[in-house]
Amino acid sequence: MKRLLSGIAALGVAFSSAAPALAECTNDVWNKMFERGKVVIGVKADYKPWGFRDTDGNLVGMEIDMAQDVADTLGLELELVPVQSSNRMQFLEQGKVDMFIATMSDRPDRREIVGIPLPPYYTSGTNVMAPKALGLTSWEDLRDKPVCGKQGAFYNKIVEERYGAQIIAFTGNAEAKQALRDRKCIAWVYDDSSIGSDLASGEWEEFEMPLASEDDNPWGLAVPLAEKECIFGQFMSGMQYNWHRDGTLIELEAKWGIKPTAFLAKENERYADWIKEE
Amino acid sequence: MEDFFRELAEEAPRWNFIWMYEERQQDKILSGIWMTIKLSVACVVLSVIIGIVGAWLQGARSRIVRAIVQGYIQFFRNTPPFVQLLFFYFALGQFTPVVTGDDGWTQYPIITNVGWAIISLSFFAGAFNVEIFRAGIEAVPNSTQEAAESLGFTRLQTYKEVVLPLAFRVSLPALNNNLVNLVKTTTQALALAVPELLYQSVTIWNDYPSAQYPTMLLVWVVYILLVGILVLGMHRWERGMRIPGYGT
Repeated sequence: MKRLLSGIAALGVAFSSAAPALAECTNDVWNKMFERGKVVIGVKADYKPWGFRDTDGNLVGMEIDMAQDVADTLGLELELVPVQSSNRMQFLEQGKVDMFIATMSDRPDRREIVGIPLPPYYTSGTNVMAPKALGLTSWEDLRDKPVCGKQGAFYNKIVEERYGAQIIAFTGNAEAKQALRDRKCIAWVYDDSSIGSDLASGEWEEFEMPLASEDDNPWGLAVPLAEKECIFGQFMSGMQYNWHRDGTLIELEAKWGIKPTAFLAKENERYADWIKEE
Repeated sequence: MEDFFRELAEEAPRWNFIWMYEERQQDKILSGIWMTIKLSVACVVLSVIIGIVGAWLQGARSRIVRAIVQGYIQFFRNTPPFVQLLFFYFALGQFTPVVTGDDGWTQYPIITNVGWAIISLSFFAGAFNVEIFRAGIEAVPNSTQEAAESLGFTRLQTYKEVVLPLAFRVSLPALNNNLVNLVKTTTQALALAVPELLYQSVTIWNDYPSAQYPTMLLVWVVYILLVGILVLGMHRWERGMRIPGYGT
C-alpha cells in the first residue's frame, strides 16, 4: 500500500514539475495566442455586474470590458469563456482558457496553482445578505444556522469554522440566492461588493447586508503559472498598473454602477504619474 | 500512516491527501460516501418498485391508466435528470408544506433537498425501468399467460406468480445497466447542495487546491468500488435466478 502510494506521489511530482520563476521562459501560451490570432479569456457569467449575461445572452460586465481591453492591447481577437468559481483554475491549467479575470480572491494556496500577477485590480470582503426581518447584528448569529453559499468561495470554510454556520453550498449564485428567497437558509454569504450590487438593483427590498465585512481580500486575475514571470505575467502586471494609474478601473466601476471603493481611489493615487499632465 | 501523508504533502505540493491526516476533512469524505450510499440504495430500491408497478399498470385494461403511465415515461425519460432535480427542488418545493423555524423566518420544508433528490432520481430511473420490465414481459410467451389464466389465476396472480418471475430474468441485464447509470447520476444531486461524495470533494479541493488530484482520484476509486459492488451483486442474482433452458 505504502509503495503504491509513494509511487503515485512520485508520479505527482513528475507531473507538477513546472517550477515557477526558475524555469526558462518558453512563453508557450503567449506564442500560441498570436499563432491563432485570438486570446481566450475566462470570465464569470453569474456575477453581476462584473461578469453576467445581458438580455440578449451576451457576456457583459466590468471584467468583460477589462478582457476586451487586454485583447485590444494585444491586437488579438477576443473569445470569452464563462467559468465558475469551482473550475476557473482547472480551466486555466488545462489550457481551456489562456487567462482569466473571474472575481478571484488572491490567496496563497491559489498562487501555487495559477500565476497571479500583481498589482491586484480590485478587492472585496465577506458579508452576508439576510432578511431585514431577522435583524442579524453579529457573525455569531449565524452559529448552527443554515447559511447559503457558493461552491468555490474560500470564505465558506472560514465562516463554517470560525462562526459554526452550516454552509449549504450551491454551484451557482442563482440557485443559492433562490434558496435564500425560498427561506431555505437565513443568509447568503458572499463578496460584499456583489451583495451591494444586488441590494442596489432594487430586487432585494426585504434584505440587507447587516454585518461588518470581514477578510478583505484583493482580487487577482490569472495567467498560466509557468508564464507568471515571463512575457504574459509581466504584460498583465503592466495592464493592471495602468488600469489603476489612468483611472480606467474607477471609470468602469462607475459605468457598471458599482459602489466606489476606497481601494481603487487609493491605488489610483498611489500609482499616479509624478509628472502632472497640464 | 498520517505522518507519511503529511510528509508527502510537503514534498509534493499537488498531492496533499489531506483527508488522510486531518479529521475535519476526513469526516467530510466519510459523510459524503455514506450519503452517496444512502442516495444510491434508496433510489435503486424505489426505482425498481416504480418499474415493476409501472410495467404492471402498462398492461392495465383501463386506457386512462395506460395513458398516465405512458405520459409519466415520456416526461421523465425525455428530460435531463439535472433539469428535473432543479425543477423538483426549486419549483415543486415551493408547494410542499413547511415548518417555520424558531426565528420566525426560516422555513424547513418537509421534503428536504435529499428527499427531493431521491424522489426525482427514482422517478427518472423508474421511467427507464418500466420500459425495461415491459421488454421482459413481452418476452414471456402469450401461451404461458393463457395457460396461467386457464388454470384460474387472476390478472394480478398471473403477473406476480408467472409473468414477472420470468420477465425479471430477461430484464436483469438491461436493469443492471440502468441501475449502474442511476448510481452515477446521484452525483448530480450536487446541484441541490446534497452533501454527497462529489459535493464534499468539490468543497475540499476548493478549500485546499493542493488536495485536488488526490480527491479526484478518491472520487474515481469510490465510484468504481460502489458500482463494482452493485454489478457483482446483480450478476450473482442473475446467476442465482437462472432456470436451465430458459432464456440466456
